[in-house]
Amino acid sequence: MINIFFKEINGFLYSLIAYVVIGVFLTALGLLMWVFPESNVLDYGFADMTTLFSLGPFVLMFLAPAITMRSVAEEVKTGTIELIAVKPIRTLDIILGKYLAAMSLTLFAILPTLVYYITLYQLSSPVGNLDTAGIIGSYFGLLLLSSVFISIGILSSTSTENQVISFISASFISFLLFTGINSLANIDVWSNFSLFISSLSLEYHYNAMSRGVIDTRDVLYFISVDILFLYLSVLILKNKR
Amino acid sequence: MSILVQNLTKIYGHQHAIDHVSFEVDRGEIVGFLGPNGAGKSTTMKIATGYIQATKGVVKLNDLDVTRYPVKSRYLVGYLPENNPLYLDMYVHEFLRFTGGFYHLKRKARKARIQEVLEMSGLEKEQNKLIGQLSKGYRQRVGLAQALLHDPPILILDEPTSGLDPNQLVEIRNLIKIVGENKTVLFSTHIMQEVEAICDRAIVINEGSIVADDKISKLKHNVPSHLIVVEFSEGVEPRKLNGLEGVKTIRQVTSKIYEFHISTESDIRSYLMKEITNRQLPIVGMNQKTISMEEVFANLTKADQHD
Repeated sequence: MINIFFKEINGFLYSLIAYVVIGVFLTALGLLMWVFPESNVLDYGFADMTTLFSLGPFVLMFLAPAITMRSVAEEVKTGTIELIAVKPIRTLDIILGKYLAAMSLTLFAILPTLVYYITLYQLSSPVGNLDTAGIIGSYFGLLLLSSVFISIGILSSTSTENQVISFISASFISFLLFTGINSLANIDVWSNFSLFISSLSLEYHYNAMSRGVIDTRDVLYFISVDILFLYLSVLILKNKR
Repeated sequence: MSILVQNLTKIYGHQHAIDHVSFEVDRGEIVGFLGPNGAGKSTTMKIATGYIQATKGVVKLNDLDVTRYPVKSRYLVGYLPENNPLYLDMYVHEFLRFTGGFYHLKRKARKARIQEVLEMSGLEKEQNKLIGQLSKGYRQRVGLAQALLHDPPILILDEPTSGLDPNQLVEIRNLIKIVGENKTVLFSTHIMQEVEAICDRAIVINEGSIVADDKISKLKHNVPSHLIVVEFSEGVEPRKLNGLEGVKTIRQVTSKIYEFHISTESDIRSYLMKEITNRQLPIVGMNQKTISMEEVFANLTKADQHD
C-alpha cells in the first residue's frame, strides 16, 4: 500500500497534476474569498469564512474527480494493473494506496487556506473576534467531504477505462449526493419523508459539522460512505480481471 | 514439482477459454508453451500468476496453492505479462525501485539487487532514461528485469519476444537461457524456432486444450518426418496408391497431385519412383520437403483439417 501511495504521489508531482490542482484550488478560492465583489469578505464586513466553506465543496467537486480520474482507469487501459496485481499485495492495498495519495494531495490544497484564518483573525475587530470552533468544525467537514468525493472518484475511475467518463460521472455523483438529494427531498410527493431523505445527503452532515459540533454520527456517516465506495471499487477491480 | 496445473478450466460466459488443462513443470526446467493466438496460453499463465481466478482446477507453485495463498505464492513467481505493460513516465531505475518495494527488501539489499539485475539484463547504460524513451527491445529487458528482481524460483513469461527485431530476439533468448539455468521457466510463444532454440520440452495448446506435451525431439518424431509431393500428368485414383512401404498417410491435393507423409527417416524416393512406375502410373515429378517445427505445430493444432 505504501509503495503504491508513493508511486502515486510521485506521479502527481512529475505530471504537474499536483501543482495544477493546488494552484487552481487556491486561486479559485482566493478570488472568491477576497476579490469577487459578490462574495468577498472585505465588502461583506463580517469576519467569517462562510465563503470558503460554502463554495469550497463546489470547487472540490471538480478537482477531486480530476485528481482521481486517471488513477485506476489508466492502469487498466495500459495494462499496468496486471503488473501490480500480481505482486504480493491485496487489491485493497492498490485502492487504498491510490485513495490515500489523492487524499493527501487534497489535504495539501486545503492546508494553505489556514492563512485566510490568520488574516481574518487579524482583521476582525476586536482582534480575534472569530467563530473559531465553527471554523475548526468546518475544516473537519471539508476534509471528510473531500474524502467522500475522492472515494467517489476512485470508484468511477475503477468502473471505466475512459478518463473523461470517469471525470464526468464522478462530478455528477458528487453533485447529486451533495446537494441533489436535498433538492429532491423538497419535492412534494414525499413530504413526510423529506427530513429523512435530506439527512442522506452529504450537505446535511457537512452543514451540521460547520456549526462547530463534531458529532460522531456525522463523522461516521462520512466514513461509512467512504468505506462503501472503496469497497465497491475493490469488488469491481477484482471482477474486472 | 515447480509448477503443477490440474484440470484448469476457465469459462467466460459460455465459452471455455481453457478446458481441463493439466501439466507439470519440474524444477529447473525451461518449457515452451506453444499455441496459436487465442488458444488459452495467456489465460493459463494469468491464472498461474494469480491475476485471474480459474473457474475450476488447481495451480500449485512449489506446492503452494495459488488460490488459497494468493499473496504468499506471488513471492515465488516473476511474471512478464503479454505486451509488456510498463509505466512509460517512470525512469528505469525508479521503476525497478518501485517494483522492489513490493517485496519488502531492505534498502541496502534492494539497491544491490537492482544493480545486479540491471547488469544481468544489460540495462546499466539505460537506467537513467525514461522507459517511454527506450526501444522495444530495451523495454522488454525492463520487463524481464522487473520479473527477476526478487529472484523468484519460477518465471512465467508471456510472449517475451513478440515484436522484436532479429537481433533483439537473439539477445532476449540468450537472456532467458542464462536466467533459466537455475530457475524454472514457463514461456509462451507462437514462434516455433524459439522453442527449438531455448528449451527441450514444449506444451502445445489449442482451443483451450493441451494437444501435446513432450520433448521437442519426440514431438517431431510423432508427426511424419518429411513429406513427398508427387505429381502425375493425369488424374490418378487414390486407391491405386495404396500399399506403398514407408508411406504413413496420403493426402490428395488435386486429382493430379498427392502428398505422401513419410514415417521413416531414410530416403525412399528411388523406391517410390520404381514402385509407381511399376504400377504404370504417369508420374512426372517428385519433391521432398523436411518437416520443420512449424509444420509439427500446424499438424497438431489443425489436426482435424489435415485428416
